[in-house]
Amino acid sequence: MEHTTDQPAAAGAGVEALAQAIERAVQGLTRLPSLAHELAYRVESAQLLEVCRALRDTPELRFEMLMDVAGIDFLQFGREEWLTTGATRSGFSRAREQNAPPDPDMAGRFAVVYQLLSITHNARLRLRVVCPDTREPIVDSLVQIWPSANWFEREAFDLFGILFRGHPDLRRILTDYGFIGHPFRKDFPLIGNVETRYDPQKKRVVYEPVSIVPRVLAPKVIRHDNRYEPALTAPELPR
Amino acid sequence: MEANSPTTAAASATVSGNLAEIRNYTMNFGPQHPSAHGVLRLVLELDGEAIQKADPHIGLLHRGTEKLAESKPFNHSIGYMDRLDYVSMMCNEHAYVLAIERLLGITPPERAQYIRVLFDEITRILNHLIWLGAHALDIGAMTVFLLCFKEREELMDVYEAVSGTRMHATYYRPGGVYRDLPESMPKYQVSKWRSAKEVERLNETRSGSMLDFIDAFAARFPAAVADYETLLTDNRIWKQRTVNIGVVPPERAMALGFSGPMLRGSGVVWDLRKKQPYEVYDRMDFDIPVGTNGDCYDRYLVRVEELRQSARIVRQCVDWLRKHPGPVMIDDRKVRPPSREHMKGDMESLIHHFKFFTEGYDVPAGETYAVVEAPKGEFGIYLVSDGANKPYRLKCRAPGFAHLASLAEMVRGHMLADVVAVIGTQDIVFGEVDR
Repeated sequence: MEHTTDQPAAAGAGVEALAQAIERAVQGLTRLPSLAHELAYRVESAQLLEVCRALRDTPELRFEMLMDVAGIDFLQFGREEWLTTGATRSGFSRAREQNAPPDPDMAGRFAVVYQLLSITHNARLRLRVVCPDTREPIVDSLVQIWPSANWFEREAFDLFGILFRGHPDLRRILTDYGFIGHPFRKDFPLIGNVETRYDPQKKRVVYEPVSIVPRVLAPKVIRHDNRYEPALTAPELPR
Repeated sequence: MEANSPTTAAASATVSGNLAEIRNYTMNFGPQHPSAHGVLRLVLELDGEAIQKADPHIGLLHRGTEKLAESKPFNHSIGYMDRLDYVSMMCNEHAYVLAIERLLGITPPERAQYIRVLFDEITRILNHLIWLGAHALDIGAMTVFLLCFKEREELMDVYEAVSGTRMHATYYRPGGVYRDLPESMPKYQVSKWRSAKEVERLNETRSGSMLDFIDAFAARFPAAVADYETLLTDNRIWKQRTVNIGVVPPERAMALGFSGPMLRGSGVVWDLRKKQPYEVYDRMDFDIPVGTNGDCYDRYLVRVEELRQSARIVRQCVDWLRKHPGPVMIDDRKVRPPSREHMKGDMESLIHHFKFFTEGYDVPAGETYAVVEAPKGEFGIYLVSDGANKPYRLKCRAPGFAHLASLAEMVRGHMLADVVAVIGTQDIVFGEVDR
């Protein structure tokens, strides 16, 4: 392909210059590996507010927009769905077994990812903060710095159960009234826990445990393709 | 108090002259209200007819698209993207496909990039037409709706001819597009509802290839836009309903995470097609309309001008595509299924085809945030892969979500009827807000 405008214009050298400006102005950031035209940092949760305020207010940075907040649950990261080691001897379908469930209290299970945008300098930045406590994942709310964080944080709370300290109105937003659980966690079943139907006797809609048996049609597999060996491309995403 | 007794009721009416008795109304707007644009439930607190507080309740169309996508091989979810913002289908696909391509490190052939730009702009016209029609209908102008749908129908035919479906196209694929543009357009047939003369008129622009048809459309479309403007731009009622309604200053628009026409309407010069160009937008010649006051009227003007600019880009793409035939899919067995001919005579191709469509392909571990300038604003896909054949985490950044979050602020102090104007100006589609 002779033509590669696939990557945004603010790529390559621009990213490195931005990285230097950020590292000059803000302390306590750890650079994360990323694609060539992107820039990502890890922030410690204790410093989140201070770092974000500096990113917004430093004249060389001016990240005046928070475009997105995404929660992540790393529970199943890098784990395949089925173990198929014995597949060649006894047939694939019989040899398959479910992978042993991971520890739901594992450290660093929940993280929040912020996408920042500077309109002044035409630059993007990604921040990741790992929730220090898995049982009660909590990070500082950024509503006071970027008001757009309000609903995005409500969404992360609703879907992942991540709490945001100082959020003015941390309610569920996308799930049903009276919903139980946090559906985007990796240990929440895809088909859910309850199903609903109209009960003609009670003359109202009732909730019942799901009657569908969960199944996986296309298993998650990780194939080690030498084209994507760490030595040949960017290093693996660190946790 | 016995409310049923007329004597006591009359007595309390005279007694309740003191202010403590006058309380605000709390009212439900939606989720089945026709101008709630889908399933928006707004809990409004009204002082007389003025809005004191608005609390949007969303999620009634939440389908868990992101979680579903995390349970399926990469290619299986392209069709879900159409169903997010279901009036700008291909733009959503575009962001998803771009994210996969960036992680795979592949670039589609040039012709595919032009086709994507062409269809992004057709999609923008589709979106803005339905927005203009619905917005005008909401605040009292019926005719525009019918006019907009007349033009929109032609473009739906283009969607159908290229992908087989009118709306949910699944046309963009990692590595290019599903197939090249067809050489002919489907034609109207004579029936008992359509005379031969009528059919001849309808088929006038359909005799050539699809590119001829699109070109003819783009050539006459600015005249249609002028018609809409005749009906609205200087219309006194239209101005009374939109000027100085829902004003957002530029600093506030940025703080609230606005994007697209909502941001440009407030006077911020920002368009990803110009500032962070993807595909071949850097070779296109077009202008970015920007508002000054940040009210509903300015956002209307911005979007109407975008209709014209999109038609301009469409014509440039058509020009290039006519002169440059070539592949529309990268020649990489990893992301491209084998051809039907190969499958008939070659068992490896058959196995490849089966594995490709069931298990899919693995995407190297990494993360990326791919954005496109969708008609409503910045549509982004944050994609995390752990090296498997399914996305580990997929987050759709929908422009409408950030816009709707600011609804409470935009309607505060306005009249009840203006809520409808503000919902309209935000161009809300619940497929993408609720995901």
